[in-house]
Amino acid sequence: MKPITVVAFIAVLVVGVLLGRSCSPQQPAAQVASVGSIAPPPRLQLKPSLDAMRRDADLLAEPVALPLARVQNTDVRRARNYPMQPPTIPHAIDGYQVDQNANRCMLCHSQSNAARFQAPPVSVTHYMDRDGQILAEISPRRYFCEQCHVVQTDAVPLVANTFVGADDILTSTPASGKKE
Amino acid sequence: MRLLEKLRSAWRTLNAPSRHFSLIFLTLGGFIAGLIFWGAFNTVLEATNTEVFCTSCHEMEDNVFAELKRTIHYSNRSGVRATCPDCHVPHQWTNKIARKMEASKEVWGKVFGTINTREKFLDKRRDMAEHEWARLKANDSLECRNCHNYNAMDITRQSPRAAVIHERNLLNGNKTCIDCHKGIAYQLPDMAGVPQG
Repeated sequence: MKPITVVAFIAVLVVGVLLGRSCSPQQPAAQVASVGSIAPPPRLQLKPSLDAMRRDADLLAEPVALPLARVQNTDVRRARNYPMQPPTIPHAIDGYQVDQNANRCMLCHSQSNAARFQAPPVSVTHYMDRDGQILAEISPRRYFCEQCHVVQTDAVPLVANTFVGADDILTSTPASGKKE
Repeated sequence: MRLLEKLRSAWRTLNAPSRHFSLIFLTLGGFIAGLIFWGAFNTVLEATNTEVFCTSCHEMEDNVFAELKRTIHYSNRSGVRATCPDCHVPHQWTNKIARKMEASKEVWGKVFGTINTREKFLDKRRDMAEHEWARLKANDSLECRNCHNYNAMDITRQSPRAAVIHERNLLNGNKTCIDCHKGIAYQLPDMAGVPQG
């Protein structure tokens, strides 16, 4: 093979790689930074992948299953991320029966029992029907607690989350481009 | 009159000393017969005290046993399993016999199909549950305490919530296990009007 052929081959390879890189899609995290005053969160170390849920496994390979996540059972109340967020449940609720016959949650979280069990009572809005009438017991439309309130596990998030709460937006430095 | 005569002669035969058998034969024979009877009695008693026996009826197998399978008393991290009689039959002999005699009503129920469909079972569930709650309330949750001894409980290893509640209610005997832990192994029936906790 002549040296000129080898050089030409390498040149085509380099140009191809450079072109390919400039055309590849950007990560969505970059768009959040353009919102202005919000300081972007530190970039998460996630490889670009067609399907993050597959954890970058080859299409023809079966990824090893992650260990089951454990429910956090600390009993320490968590802050809300935004106003009106349903508070998350800070304890395990394994085997809690919430159906037509019984509501295990309301054993402790009802207004009448909360003091006895030192549980945060559900707010009075949960006793109101849609006409604003306050009922003696939890309103049927609020009956199924887990529709809004959920437990949290120790699982590592599979995809990046760039959510910034309203409080953080309000208290962050003004749009000068500077970061904390 | 003729019947009375017959009874009287029978009693005379039974009451008379033995003519053909020696005292030692009768004593030893009675002893061995007693052993055989007692062994058979206890074997049958224990055979009716197993999960296999309980779930041999579809009433138990399809309803309560199916629900039990999802709970911590059936499958858990340490592999200790509570079977039906561990919670529903007293372990002490006298009480066990008393419960077994009560169970003759359950045989009646089985024969006449009191709960032989899912609908009948659900209709009767509250009744049956109330019997068990009353029984456990009366004996201070003895069947729970056969395994769960308060003196052996390390409440510092419980969740803070559970520790506080146990200390406040169980330590001083204000409450017993079943007051709060109704439905620990099954689905609850309609709980309207039942004080919980």
